[in-house]
Amino acid sequence: MVISFDCRIDASMSMTLSSLTLNKSGSLHIAQTCLSMPSRHQSWRLLCSPICSASLSLVVEEKRGTFNRDNANKLVKDLKKVFNTGKTKTYEWRMSQLTNMLKMIEENEADIYRALYKDLSKPESEAFISEIAMTTGSCKLALKELDQWMKPQKAKTTVTTYPSSAQIVSEPLGIVLVISTWNYPFLLSLDPVIGALAAGNAVVLKPSEIAPASASLLSKLFQEYLDSSAIKVVEGAVDETTALLEQKWDKIFYTGNGRVGRIIMAAAAKHLTPVILELGGKCPVVVDSNTNLQVSAKRIVAGKWGCNNGQTCIAPDYIITTKDFAPKLIDALKNELLEFFGENPMKSKDMSRLVNLYHFKRLTSLMDEVSDKIVVGGQRNEEKLKISPTILLDVPENSQIMQEEIFGPLLPILTVENVKDSFDMINSRSKPLAAYIFTSDEELKKDFVRDIYAGGMLINDTILHLTVDSLPFGGVGESGMGSYHGKFSFDSFSHKKGVLYRAFTGDSPTRFPPYTPVKLRLLKALISGDIFQVLLSMIG
Amino acid sequence: MDQVEMSINLSELRQSLSSGRTRDAAWRKSQLQAILRLLNENEDQIFQALQHDLGKHPVEVYRDEIGVVKKSAIYALSCIDKWMATKNSQLPWLFFPSRAEVLPEPLGIVLIFVSWNFPITLALDPLVGAISAGNTVVIKPSELAPETSAFLAKTIPVYLDSKAIKVVEGGVDIAGNLLQQKWDKIFFTGSARVARIIMAAALNHLTPVILELGGKCPTIVDSLSASLDLKVAAKRIAAGKWGACNGQACIAIDYILVEHKFSSTLVELLKKTVQRFYGENVKSLKNLSKIVNKHHFNRLCNLMEDPAVASSIVYGGKIDEENLIIEPTILLDPPLDSEIMQEEIFGPLLPIITLDKIKDSIEFINSRPKPLAIYAFTKDDAFKKAIVTETSSGSVTFNDTIIQFVCDGLPFGGVGQSGFGRYHGKYSFDAFSHEKAVLHRSFHLELGARHPPWIDFKMKFLRLAYMYDYWGLILLYLGLKR
Repeated sequence: MVISFDCRIDASMSMTLSSLTLNKSGSLHIAQTCLSMPSRHQSWRLLCSPICSASLSLVVEEKRGTFNRDNANKLVKDLKKVFNTGKTKTYEWRMSQLTNMLKMIEENEADIYRALYKDLSKPESEAFISEIAMTTGSCKLALKELDQWMKPQKAKTTVTTYPSSAQIVSEPLGIVLVISTWNYPFLLSLDPVIGALAAGNAVVLKPSEIAPASASLLSKLFQEYLDSSAIKVVEGAVDETTALLEQKWDKIFYTGNGRVGRIIMAAAAKHLTPVILELGGKCPVVVDSNTNLQVSAKRIVAGKWGCNNGQTCIAPDYIITTKDFAPKLIDALKNELLEFFGENPMKSKDMSRLVNLYHFKRLTSLMDEVSDKIVVGGQRNEEKLKISPTILLDVPENSQIMQEEIFGPLLPILTVENVKDSFDMINSRSKPLAAYIFTSDEELKKDFVRDIYAGGMLINDTILHLTVDSLPFGGVGESGMGSYHGKFSFDSFSHKKGVLYRAFTGDSPTRFPPYTPVKLRLLKALISGDIFQVLLSMIG
Repeated sequence: MDQVEMSINLSELRQSLSSGRTRDAAWRKSQLQAILRLLNENEDQIFQALQHDLGKHPVEVYRDEIGVVKKSAIYALSCIDKWMATKNSQLPWLFFPSRAEVLPEPLGIVLIFVSWNFPITLALDPLVGAISAGNTVVIKPSELAPETSAFLAKTIPVYLDSKAIKVVEGGVDIAGNLLQQKWDKIFFTGSARVARIIMAAALNHLTPVILELGGKCPTIVDSLSASLDLKVAAKRIAAGKWGACNGQACIAIDYILVEHKFSSTLVELLKKTVQRFYGENVKSLKNLSKIVNKHHFNRLCNLMEDPAVASSIVYGGKIDEENLIIEPTILLDPPLDSEIMQEEIFGPLLPIITLDKIKDSIEFINSRPKPLAIYAFTKDDAFKKAIVTETSSGSVTFNDTIIQFVCDGLPFGGVGQSGFGRYHGKYSFDAFSHEKAVLHRSFHLELGARHPPWIDFKMKFLRLAYMYDYWGLILLYLGLKR
């Protein structure tokens, strides 16, 4: 017999089963199904064997907080003390931390794969590409370029400040909070931290509790490899994050969704803390009939189902194509799905699962609302938290699946008469984090790049632009603010201080009173750069 | 303006944006030229408005307001084609044949909140940036500078594209209404208190903000031996305190740090300079702006009322309540816990704090919130280096004051409590742009190793690929790599 129950408890409470009466003897298991999001909604199953009847009572107790406001306060104070010694500003310290971070990742690859498999059933190759390789790449780039990045830049001066020289000096902001998320728990924790360290800051990382194995591995590894007086990991959920957010940070870097992004910004506003918000959105893919269909389909499938099974901020969310081309596209996608995941994708080892029951239920309800539009897939397995790659055709624009970011293996295809009709459709929605187009038509490409507003864009591929270090990665509008990767990370966590060196000579008399009409004429002439006027005014 | 009018305005701005008009270089240039014409043809009216609102002398107005905006517009006009151009980004060979670029695009509809102390500059300088970047704009001038506000509201629609650039006048209520709308960026100059309100409203639409705030800008004065240097320093200090809106400027000198043994020399020199520049009698001072209103006048008088503060006054202290004038006032070592040393002064009171050693000034500054600017008069290169590397501020200027404001090669903005975001020169263009990353890929050379099913070969390939080990990749393909 199975008793299932759901309940809502406050996150600072824990629930204890205080009594269970069985009418027959039998063994009893209590199994918590995956932690859900928001974390206040939890599900348990009680399994009795052999079958019996039972009543149960539950006691809700207040949990002794493991990390509260006082802890957060002390944490920030301690970090400030360390930062003020100037240790983290030195080139040597930054290089040592980056070197150790690189070692940390390389020496613990196997453990990282294990944690990712536990949290997300992520296949090893996928984990290598998206988590290991990218982070070691960032470390290596920072190690190679740091001395260049740290150098002051010369700035141009003009006649307005003559004689003078100017430079822009990069300095750390101070104590930085990085709040990471669950879908790429290593990448999205380490990449911002690498930037923050390269820029000379002290850092607190708050990994996501929804990927608990990764969070605790990060905590353990950071303590082993990095300078724990200046770099800390705080594990936990809503309470711990709230306690952290009450403190005054010099910058907050958040990856996640818009709802929590607003909470972060509200907390930041109290201390006038600048923020970087890497959010999401519905990333559209426009597919023109004038395209290489096979390669397009491959790249769409790779971007949608090959990356954490759609649970990626830049995953293709939905497709727009022409009515005539849709059937061909669907066939091509089917073929590639077969290639990638075989006849029965639910059994394929190469497909990640959904992170937890909450998201599973969310996605199945999106699917069920428009179940008559499913043309491929639609299978589900609640126990394994899997949904097969599912394609839907022409869902209504006001259906829920077209209202929220899908973040899962469902791919709606919307059709239009003319491929250019897709532009208005996209621009009428919030600006997405990424926008994609597949076409061989050069004019169409140009129009797309010029007319579509998005964080970033990729022509004839998906996802890849994330890996290009020389491109800034970030959103615009609802998809976020700020950017990072490569040198942009270093810059995002730095303050660029202007420094002007003036000599004691070279004052224009117009600077000081008494203010005479002659001075006014001279000033006007100087501003407009009119040498003749300048001379005239000086002669009077 | 009520909610209905506001939504009509905003929908007009949205239409202008979606028509694509503001994206054309021609439109942007025409608007920048219109700003120049506006300034050229209305100089007298601007002088009058600023005389009324702040008692500013026309030379000060031209130097700090009209001239500054003209410089910015002229500079933007000369650079805008370059700024708008797509920039190519480097790609590793592995991506061949691909192309990466960054394309600046407008953010959309921008809201500019203007402060009252430089009511022309702080409206039009950000406007130059917003227009250069192709946005539509709403300007909300400060109601505390009412004549200038009315001037802008009247003149901007005449010279600029009134369907793309609008002025909304009003006080707190109007500001509140504006903040409820959805903006693509908000640019705010003002106090930290109001900045918190702005940011708290902006988050509802995840609107990014630039906050140009203030702080207590310290001026370190090292013992200067050459008398010529001393005279120049005194003039620049006087100009930096009283010459720009009579101390009511975010980058005005707030207080001075000087070595004890040098303080009397400095005080005497400043007294002479002040008398020469501004006069001696509070009823007949010249070349000085007035205090903007009764509220700030009373606030400043209260700062002087603390007996410990009053007794530290070594020059000045007299007031003319009717005309809202406070004469240039110098204080020597007021108590550090007095309000005058805790709050941003924003007025003509200049505390001089003496230290045993001038190098102690670094610790003094570091124990306080990060200011918008640090000034230091010194010829000691090692000391200069220490100041730059050991303190943090929006900017640092050596041997002068205020003037970094007109250096377009330097980003102008704060850090910590003095704000975030920056502008001036190209930074203005960037502040109002989104840098969109674009990667162009070809259909050729599709790398099968990118996709499942995951087999051993693909893993080896990926390892080599991510290290850009091209030779290793060749060997792998030839079957020669183990």
